[in-house]
Amino acid sequence: MIEVHNIHKSFDGVKVLDGISGVFETGKTNLLLGASGTGKSVLLKCIVGLIKPDIGSVTFDGTYFTNNKLGIKQEIRRKIGMLFQSSALFDSMTVEKNIEFPLKMLGDMEKDERIDRVNTVLKRVGLEGANKKMPSELSGGMKKRVGIARAIAPHCTYLFCDEPNSGLDPLTALKIDELIKEITEEYGITTIIVTHDMNSVIEIGDKIFFLFKGKKLWEGTRDAIMDTDVKELNEFIFSNRLMRDAKKIEDEEEQQEVNGNNR
Amino acid sequence: MLQHFGKYLLFMSTLFSRGESPRILFNRTMDEAIIIGINSIFIVAIVSTFIGAVTSVQISYNLDNAFIPRSTIGFMVREMTLLELAPTITSIVLAGKVGSSIAGGLGTMQITEQVDALEVMGINSTSYLVLPKVIASILVFPMLVILAMFLSIGGGFIAGTLTGEISQQEYISGIRSDFIPYNVVFALIKSVVFAFLISSISSFKGYYTSGGALEVGQASTGAVTNSVIAILVADFVLANLLL
Ligand SMILES: Nc1ncnc2c1ncn2[C@@H]1O[C@H](COP(=O)(O)OP(=O)(O)OP(=O)(O)O)[C@@H](O)[C@H]1O
Ligand SMILES: [Mg+2]
Repeated sequence: MIEVHNIHKSFDGVKVLDGISGVFETGKTNLLLGASGTGKSVLLKCIVGLIKPDIGSVTFDGTYFTNNKLGIKQEIRRKIGMLFQSSALFDSMTVEKNIEFPLKMLGDMEKDERIDRVNTVLKRVGLEGANKKMPSELSGGMKKRVGIARAIAPHCTYLFCDEPNSGLDPLTALKIDELIKEITEEYGITTIIVTHDMNSVIEIGDKIFFLFKGKKLWEGTRDAIMDTDVKELNEFIFSNRLMRDAKKIEDEEEQQEVNGNNR
Repeated sequence: MLQHFGKYLLFMSTLFSRGESPRILFNRTMDEAIIIGINSIFIVAIVSTFIGAVTSVQISYNLDNAFIPRSTIGFMVREMTLLELAPTITSIVLAGKVGSSIAGGLGTMQITEQVDALEVMGINSTSYLVLPKVIASILVFPMLVILAMFLSIGGGFIAGTLTGEISQQEYISGIRSDFIPYNVVFALIKSVVFAFLISSISSFKGYYTSGGALEVGQASTGAVTNSVIAILVADFVLANLLL
């Protein structure tokens, strides 16, 4: 369980996070939902300590984290798996070396075991056989999947994913979402996912936190989200739906065209 | 300025806090040493050979007094090489070559969140990324300077004898006369100091890059200019202290 208490953060006088609190439960996929630029990535980085919040604190399973001693922070961090928005693969290393890296640095596995583990997670993200590729040879979506593989390789206790399925086709996006949910439930880890995709909300959102301009406006389950009376959230859902409806209409038109041509 | 210097000192102190195991440090240092050595050996060889050659030609041009023995050319090439040309010119060349690549590499890792990725894994990114570069530079620079010494004196020999300004025997007797071993020690001390300055300043510049590709370029240029200035200042200070 991760507890976030009253986090504030400004950059050069511009408030990005304005008093965010929340409890992220173990074994659940927690979603941070919000439009571009609302501070989702900054919040995630505050939680893992890459950005120091101006005010506020974070505890991991009861252990105080934010301003604790470096040793204790590093101990907690070794239990964290994180996927960055830009994937952040080490570009001087092959895919295999990238995924093996945390195992090598933090674990006491033998070489064979490590390679086994690399192959297992690569298979789970649907990239078996990509071991010897360099990051520069991968597409954006493939990089994302390697990033996820690297995050989950060392059996983490806490998993953070910054937009795991943006830039992926709908089918792969769905697979990645399901993979993250599976892992979360299977190993009982605490997962926080940043997203602006309503599909993810409907498919895997156990608990959703809606951010708007640095504030948390709403939290609740995916069943409750459709009945919300928060105006900003409704607009957000509506805009997402609009897009999907438009897509549906397009598809139907295409279908009709195909039918027409067949006739 | 003072603020920058304070930040630099703080940065240096993080290098030694909570590092990785000695085995990892050793492997990383060897990797970096190989990269630094292989990437620089060619340019160092070219530059030092030509500098030696030019020095010998110019000295002989200036030495037209019949009372001064021709072997003085060899003597002076050796002295200038050992005291100044090999350590300082080589280091300035390396500031361009190694400094820009350190700053560019670290800057890119910073803006693409690779440094963050290391930190989140619980790895001290400065001791993992930067310390090996500093140690590797301190190990490799003196070797490159020794190479530069031989090539520069050799370049002087080739240029002097090919132009017929000095005979082979005269040049050799020149470079063997009044040899002070301490000058070599002095040159090596300088190369170690310069190595530390270049690698740490460039790492500092690269590590604190934020923004995008443009800033990475600026970090590289900044690393080179600052390193070169630091070398020249240190050169002056060391000459006063140690000679
Ligand atoms: N290091 C930084 N320095 C200054 N400003 C920053 C920094 N990081 C983020 N910001 C600002 O904070 C705001 C929120 O950024 P953030 O990356 O968290 O958005 P986001 O919600 O993740 O958006 P997206 O969905 O587009 O990724 C932005 O206005 C951004 O300009
Ligand atoms: Mg973001």
